[in-house]
Amino acid sequence: MRHLLSIADLDVDVIEQVMTLTDSFVEVGERRIPKVPTLRGRTVVSLFYEESTRTRLSFETAAKRLSADVMTFSVGSSSVKKGESLRDTVQTIEAMGVDAIVVRHGSAGVPRQVANWVEAGGVRVINAGDGAHEHPTQALLDCYTLRERLGSLRGMRIAIVGDVKHSRVARSNIAAFTVLGAHVTLVAPPTLLPESLVGWPVEVSHDLDAELPKVDAVYLLRMQQERQTEALVPSLREYTACYGLTARRAELMADGAVILHPGPMNRGVEIAAEVAECPSSVITRQVANGVAVRMAVLFLLLAAEGGDVADE
Amino acid sequence: MGKAVLVIKGGEVLDETGRRRADVAIGAEGDVVGVGADLDGNRVIDAGGCLVTPGLVDLHTHLRQPGREEAETVESGSRAAALGGYTAVVAMPNTEPAIDCASVVREVIELGAKALCDVTPAGAITRGRAGVELAPMAEMAALGVHLFTDDGAGVQDARLMRRAMEYATSLGVTLGQHCEDESLAAGGHMHEGEWSSRLGIPGIPALAEELMVWRDIALSRLTGAPVHFLHLSTAGSIELVRAAKAEGLAVTAEATPHHFTLTHAEVVGYDPLFKVNPPLRSVEDVVAVKAGLADGTIDAIATDHAPHAQETKEAPFDEAPPGMVGLETALALATTELGLPVEAVLTLLSWRPARIAGLAAEHGGPVAVGRPANLCVIDPTATWVVDPATSASRSRNNPFAGRTLTGRVRHTMLRGEPVVLDGEAQR
Ligand SMILES: [Zn+2]
Repeated sequence: MRHLLSIADLDVDVIEQVMTLTDSFVEVGERRIPKVPTLRGRTVVSLFYEESTRTRLSFETAAKRLSADVMTFSVGSSSVKKGESLRDTVQTIEAMGVDAIVVRHGSAGVPRQVANWVEAGGVRVINAGDGAHEHPTQALLDCYTLRERLGSLRGMRIAIVGDVKHSRVARSNIAAFTVLGAHVTLVAPPTLLPESLVGWPVEVSHDLDAELPKVDAVYLLRMQQERQTEALVPSLREYTACYGLTARRAELMADGAVILHPGPMNRGVEIAAEVAECPSSVITRQVANGVAVRMAVLFLLLAAEGGDVADE
Repeated sequence: MGKAVLVIKGGEVLDETGRRRADVAIGAEGDVVGVGADLDGNRVIDAGGCLVTPGLVDLHTHLRQPGREEAETVESGSRAAALGGYTAVVAMPNTEPAIDCASVVREVIELGAKALCDVTPAGAITRGRAGVELAPMAEMAALGVHLFTDDGAGVQDARLMRRAMEYATSLGVTLGQHCEDESLAAGGHMHEGEWSSRLGIPGIPALAEELMVWRDIALSRLTGAPVHFLHLSTAGSIELVRAAKAEGLAVTAEATPHHFTLTHAEVVGYDPLFKVNPPLRSVEDVVAVKAGLADGTIDAIATDHAPHAQETKEAPFDEAPPGMVGLETALALATTELGLPVEAVLTLLSWRPARIAGLAAEHGGPVAVGRPANLCVIDPTATWVVDPATSASRSRNNPFAGRTLTGRVRHTMLRGEPVVLDGEAQR
């Protein structure tokens, strides 16, 4: 694997490899000093055009636990000059002799473009979320979290609920869940589904109450305020009434079924506050596993062949 | 026969009257002075194995001057046009300032006087292309403007478009529409469908184009004004135009080479080279465009040559401007990809667009004594590989780089002046 741009590029073996590596890094994370020297001397840059403190910190923590040097470029700071083109910024970073660039951008496809521009130089690119396209490390940590609770994903039924149309998390997770053998049902009003689902290995439902008793996991997507002004839903109140995971609806789920959310949550919109805290919720596990999964990805992309994960 | 200063020798003349082996003699005034066997002149230009045809006419060229000279100028764009076999291009009015009044029309005409092909400006329908009030169409028509369009955008307001069409009937001009309903297209960056959904790029539905095609057909029926549909890209649009023509309405249409060669699947790598408006559509749409070109529903191939400076295309897909260059590849894409006889290809590239542009007196007409020698000499069997680095355009946003094409322009004559010889611009 040269870059991590999209789950759609990955086969099942690579995902399994990330899962296995993540096991080791979870173990590292539980040590008194949760750090290994694997990437000593390597430099990882986080290039965030979209503010996302949680994702950025998760990547930077992962890189530091692998002993890599970390540089941060963010649009809020002066390090990305106003008006400087994306390509110029990437060239500047590449010229610093970095080993990996972790890119977050509001436009779909930017990590792919960055990967093309650095192709000659050997720099690795990791997609930390691009527009409505993909967020592959989120999907990998979601798969890992589901496996912790459910064992294998094979044959599991997972409902992804909400704004699939605008969701990079949904696109990555649909690819990841289905390649690992789960059945995915999208539950949303038609206005929040992609215009075309040709080639998507999913079923579609507009009735959350009917789906909840059947699923092993329900994945709630973040619902944004703007969707109301774009006339995609009449109001957030109506959205919650039809598609929110309220306490009443959570009761419909089978014993052992789990609730996921990529964060940050709009409590009271797509998920009720008490549901987010209930025993079925694995939302805090998702955050905790994020660092270990990202360590696994950095290890796969940057560590020498056959390097030992937990040496020292 | 008048005295020939130049003879195009050994070729086969091809125009709308047919094909025949003949030399073409050109006089000192730049007119054709002889068409026949074994003609002599002071200077001989070899056309062995080649077709000698009327020069090509592009209904849709963005020359970017005034205002965006870093992307193209009238001079550089006209050089690319001449290399592509064009002897006339219609310069789109979405310049800065827009070609929306006599003074800007005059400026472009003056720049065009020194160009390597005839440059005839299209005028804007509305002031500043803002879609709010009519531009002074009569004052522009008086300077020879024949085609009016707000290209880059469609005239959104149906009432304003109706008035423009009514007004146009008194001037004998044609309104060209970039058909795109903004309420449906807003925020979109590629064709809405399988690929936009997968790639997470907001889409532009086919319906955004088709709604305006339908509306303007209805307005043409109401007003009697001719309307020319720019760059049709969807199967639905073409079906609407086919029905309008069957009804006898005064509608004409063009399609671009990229809409008969490329689909939305090209966007898979997020390269803004493949961002264009109207967007690259589905395979079914490409098939419909080809069928429309074959059966005459679409009257002309137009390039929508849209140069953009390199750095603007090295941006995120949704931030990059739409458009691709096309003047140097249009003929060869048509001969290579359409599967039509070369006569049909030239009908689409020369004589029909010449008529739509109001340029038939000078361009596209038969290769005959007394006509201006605006000619193109084509080697129909030459095979070449598209290399944007060698383009005469100031811009390099060519999505066909590396493609092997068959059919190449060898010489281009502008009123008897060889502006291109053996594939090289002469000035
Ligand atoms: Zn246009």
